[in-house]
Amino acid sequence: MTSFVKPKILRPNEPLNELGLARVDYEGNMSTLCAGCGHDSVTAAIVRAFYELSIPPHRALKISGIGCSSKTTSYFMNDSHGANTVHGRMPSFATGALSANNDLATIGISGDGDSLSIGLGQMAHAMRRNVNMLYMLENNGVYGLTKGQFSASADLGSLPKKGDPNEFSPIDPVAFALSVGATFVARSFSGDRNQLVSLIKAGLKHKGFAMIDVISPCVSFNDHKGSTKSYAHTYEFYSQAVHADYIAPSEEIVAAYDEGEVMPVELHDGGYIQLRKIDATYDPTDRGAAFNRVMASDNANEILTGLLYIDESQPDLHETQNMEARPLNQIPYAELNPGADKLRALQAEFR
Amino acid sequence: MKPTDTSNPDYFHKVVDCQWACPAHTPVPHYIRLIAQGDYSEAYLVNRASNVFPGILGRVCDRPCEPACRRTRVEEKPVAICRLKRVAADHRDDIRDRLPKKPATTNGKKIALIGAGPASFTVANDLAPLGYECTIFEKLDKPGGLMRSNIPAFRLPESVLMDELGYILDMGVELKLGTPVESMSALLKEGYDAVFVGTGAPKGKDLGLPGREESEANIHIGINWLEEVAFEHTDKIGENVLIIGVGNTAMDCCRSSLRLGAKDVKVMARKPRAFFKASEWELEDAEEENVDILVNHSPKAFVHENGKLTGMLFELMEYDLDEAGRITEQRVVGEKVIPCDDVILAIGQENAFPWIEDDAGIEFDKWSVPVVDKVTFESSRKGVFFGGDSAFGPLNIIWAVEHGHQAAISIHNHCRGLPLTDRLPDQINLSSAKMGMAEWRYSNAFDASSRRKMEHVELVDRFKKIDTEVELGFTAEQIATEVQRCLNCDVHTIFDAPLCEECDACIDVCPVECLTITPNAESEKELRDALSASDPTVDQDLFVSTALPLTGRVMIKDENICLHCGLCAERCPTSAWDMKEGVIKIHHAADQLEPTEA
Repeated sequence: MTSFVKPKILRPNEPLNELGLARVDYEGNMSTLCAGCGHDSVTAAIVRAFYELSIPPHRALKISGIGCSSKTTSYFMNDSHGANTVHGRMPSFATGALSANNDLATIGISGDGDSLSIGLGQMAHAMRRNVNMLYMLENNGVYGLTKGQFSASADLGSLPKKGDPNEFSPIDPVAFALSVGATFVARSFSGDRNQLVSLIKAGLKHKGFAMIDVISPCVSFNDHKGSTKSYAHTYEFYSQAVHADYIAPSEEIVAAYDEGEVMPVELHDGGYIQLRKIDATYDPTDRGAAFNRVMASDNANEILTGLLYIDESQPDLHETQNMEARPLNQIPYAELNPGADKLRALQAEFR
Repeated sequence: MKPTDTSNPDYFHKVVDCQWACPAHTPVPHYIRLIAQGDYSEAYLVNRASNVFPGILGRVCDRPCEPACRRTRVEEKPVAICRLKRVAADHRDDIRDRLPKKPATTNGKKIALIGAGPASFTVANDLAPLGYECTIFEKLDKPGGLMRSNIPAFRLPESVLMDELGYILDMGVELKLGTPVESMSALLKEGYDAVFVGTGAPKGKDLGLPGREESEANIHIGINWLEEVAFEHTDKIGENVLIIGVGNTAMDCCRSSLRLGAKDVKVMARKPRAFFKASEWELEDAEEENVDILVNHSPKAFVHENGKLTGMLFELMEYDLDEAGRITEQRVVGEKVIPCDDVILAIGQENAFPWIEDDAGIEFDKWSVPVVDKVTFESSRKGVFFGGDSAFGPLNIIWAVEHGHQAAISIHNHCRGLPLTDRLPDQINLSSAKMGMAEWRYSNAFDASSRRKMEHVELVDRFKKIDTEVELGFTAEQIATEVQRCLNCDVHTIFDAPLCEECDACIDVCPVECLTITPNAESEKELRDALSASDPTVDQDLFVSTALPLTGRVMIKDENICLHCGLCAERCPTSAWDMKEGVIKIHHAADQLEPTEA
């Protein structure tokens, strides 16, 4: 347990966003994670992204499953809606919540244990249904809350703090997401704040399921020599393929880069995601090419990061299912509940 | 940019804004922590080592520390540093056995100190315990200099003054009262090894306007008048009094007038409030006593009838200000007579050395100010030193103390035949404040309490006697709160770059976002841009680390806004950040090295 509180202080020249809120207004409770945990860094990136997008905290939904990662929803945006749900079942909860209100900026926080073991099926189906949410997978390769057993994302041969090397093949969340039809697939690192903030902003503005696999080192159980999810290892093998900047509808696209290196992807809100390709040969709108490149990077021991795949053309779950555009809580009661006679008539259709 | 050199003691000293701003470099956060621990005597002694007169200064210091206080960067009001100094003095035990003693034997060197004010007493305080035979010459019948004659007793009780002067006299210092030095040349022939001039700036400025001579009886020079009041040669004044000038002397004059029978006191200012020379708190105290302060009144003439002052004629001024608040244009828009019985002129004071002969070998500049070295305080004549207001014109008590300390080092060197510039440089000692997990030996949590307000004696009671001290001192509850407002700027954030693994924990936990990790850049501006809301207009440095081991980026820290809350060090998984208490050693005469044998 931490014994200290971060005081809320506004500096004389504190920058404010369009809503007149400061970054500290998007913060939450004091983190009780280990000092130096990558998840706290991800939390800070989330805070900055919501602050910079000027999203009113009460128009956001934050949900999680179980695990160290899933604790982090407490650590940002105290004024938002949210719930810690059942282990691995956050996608179902999100699907339900978004069916009732597709207007909320929705962020789901999960970890490699919550998503890739107990919740793998849940995550897969949320992806293939293109639920309109940002799904952060805080990936450290171990079960931190239970003292560091390997998770399903641990690399073959990776060494634990004590004991034998990992013997099972890892699930790569990025390759997995590509294979089941996610429409926004990214990888980042808790240590690259600027990239992560850009990806979170782009992911929040993407209509459909956006997954960011964030390498987020566990300082207590997986930050040693021989670990492939440590700070040192990630910094060493880190590589960027594509940088993604969200451009709001009111802003102009500034093409300050060479032809071919910049690719704007138009979003449903009229804004853009501007892709800056560090590797000019890479096309993040080609799913097959993305898959090949991810596989090649894996083989080369390279941690490939950035917005690796985007398809803005797919309808989200709400649209596919022809669901009510208005949030249910804004529909007059009589319309929402047409009465017993209408129900009986409906039931009669199925007799 | 190159990594910041933190080995220079000034780097961390500058971070302790209050101590840096204090002419005598009093270690403010250190003594405030001692007060928090209830160790008032030690807090007093820590103060005394730097500023010699904590009881006096705790009441009447000009407080250069408070405007500098880091607290003002996150809220409106600084820590009540000065009043906490008084707390240490008010609640100290008898500390006489912990003070430097009169030595058993003297070293045979004789020092003449002219003027029994704070400068001379500081020199005596530093030199007497080393064996010097110090003699203070004072023209008045009581010691204290300006502290006695110009500061009214309702702000500084005589007992407080005498206690602290007494400590120094007990060190074997000879005080010759009622003994004005009338000839420097004669004094120099008396065989003193060194002479120190601490005679202040005793000449109040006059205002030669029409009617001055005719109204003589009711026009008073501020500092002379205050002296007459202090020595009880004056005990009344007219009902309607005008004070000309709006410095701290004017504040003492108007408040003293109210205690001598004045009913309506107006302070007349030539310019708008932003140009007032008086300290904000002295203005507040005067206004609390219902003194009117009128702006934009420029004195033009004294009005008199039948040889008696009846009022004063003012030109009504109007000013144009530019964006920076400077006056660009001024014009007279009218005239007005304000009736009064007495006028007190408080428009400044000057040095005056009628007793120093032209052929005494002491050079004066064209403004009749002695030519004094700013480091050694030696005049153009070897062995003759100046300090306090007599050196560079009117400053304040705390500057006089610092001049005294420096002059004492010079005199010590002079008497040992050492070059005056052989002075020990400042040093800093850093020691970790870590006690355990999230535990520090200072109260690091930010306390959002606002500044405590000093209680004053009720208005009706305070005018009954001129020596009723107005300020009552802090209550126990006020002390307990006010000490926690101090940010402990002397507990420094120390970064050990090779230990950092760039997890960003410190950056995220910092409540004022003063840290970041960024690729190094050529200019400070580029690095500052990487920070959120860095303000380069504040004179505080940017700390730049050596290259970090994993990525070669650098850790930067904006020293301006850091609250020294230690959260970076609490959050750091590898102890790359530590909080270390920095004790800055400012050397006085007693610390100076003995000459090495040739």
